[in-house]
Amino acid sequence: MSKIEIITEKCKGCGLCIIVCPKKSIQLSKNFNKAGYHPAVFVEGADCTACGLCFQVCPDVCIEVYKDK
Amino acid sequence: MKKILSKTESLKATPHLYCPGCGHGIIHRLVAESIDELGLREKTIGIAPVGCAVFAYDYFNFDVSEAPHGRPPAVATGIKRVRPDKIVFTYQGDGDLAAIGTAETIHAANRGENITVIFVNNANYGMTGGQMAPTTLIGQKTATSPYGRDPKREGYPMKVCELLSSLEGVAYLERVSVSNPKNIISAKRAIKKAFQNQVDGKGFSLVEVLSQCPVDWGMTPQNSIKWVEDVFVKAFPLGVYKDKK
Ligand SMILES: Cc1ncc(C[n+]2csc(CCOP(=O)(O)OP(=O)(O)O)c2C)c(N)n1
Ligand code: SF4
Ligand code: SF4
Ligand code: SF4
Repeated sequence: MSKIEIITEKCKGCGLCIIVCPKKSIQLSKNFNKAGYHPAVFVEGADCTACGLCFQVCPDVCIEVYKDK
Repeated sequence: MKKILSKTESLKATPHLYCPGCGHGIIHRLVAESIDELGLREKTIGIAPVGCAVFAYDYFNFDVSEAPHGRPPAVATGIKRVRPDKIVFTYQGDGDLAAIGTAETIHAANRGENITVIFVNNANYGMTGGQMAPTTLIGQKTATSPYGRDPKREGYPMKVCELLSSLEGVAYLERVSVSNPKNIISAKRAIKKAFQNQVDGKGFSLVEVLSQCPVDWGMTPQNSIKWVEDVFVKAFPLGVYKDKK
């Protein structure tokens, strides 16, 4: 299954990735990162089509997209 | 599993100091990807502005020169003329390019300097706390237009692409936005073309990017992209304003 990885220490919790994900597979964590933001997290085992929309909108370039062949 | 999307070599891993949701970060990625796809990283020299992007040298993984406020096109002219083999671009906000640097912008364009200009229009002075810029919309509230911009008092929003389109020396002008994935992909195409034009020696190319500034606009990131789509683009229509063959 395709998935994304989020570099949580660079994430500012802006939520732009959450609104574009067609699979609703991204959420904000309840935890804080070192900068004090609630980072985005990929819901474990959630659907991902590797469409890259989240990557496109992320201002902090902290999303990496992995595609299952 | 194959990694298909991540930052490219021209962007450092350094975290950006921009506010959450700020358009600058997206535009940095598009510039970096364009340079990497064209294989230009080792011969690129960027000129950073005064403004929120003043630390661009910390984010880009190629040579970057700082310039006094508004003067990147003059610095770029000098560098490109002594090193025509380099790819030289400026990265400027609207306060930088369209207020204090108006003369440098217009004359570099009019001379047809073979440089690339990435113009980030966020309708205010971001770094200093959201003051009115020449590009502020009619009725838009800012720190220095608390009742909204009134054209009788402050004049009209300055439309840089339209203004420069009459100049003979200009090769390419396009206005894009980074409010959603479709617009971001279109912005990438425009930025890449503006660099390709320089490789091809076509002359002055400028891409105006309408960019969200959620913090100084007093909006959530979500509302700021909505404002770009509902209000900003109505005052500053997207499109190609010049494309010399
Ligand atoms: C000569 C000079 N005048 C004024 C300033 C103060 N100043 C710093 S940033 C800035 C405005 C930047 O706004 P803009 O170019 O729109 O970039 P943004 O921060 O919105 O990206 C101003 C007026 C300065 N640093 N130098
Ligand atoms: S790649 Fe597409 S489906 Fe996967 S998390 Fe990102 S937006 Fe959602
Ligand atoms: S778009 Fe990027 S910075 Fe914003 S919440 Fe998502 S991963 Fe974090
Ligand atoms: S003030 Fe505006 S332009 Fe500057 S970093 Fe914050 S959101 Fe971005």
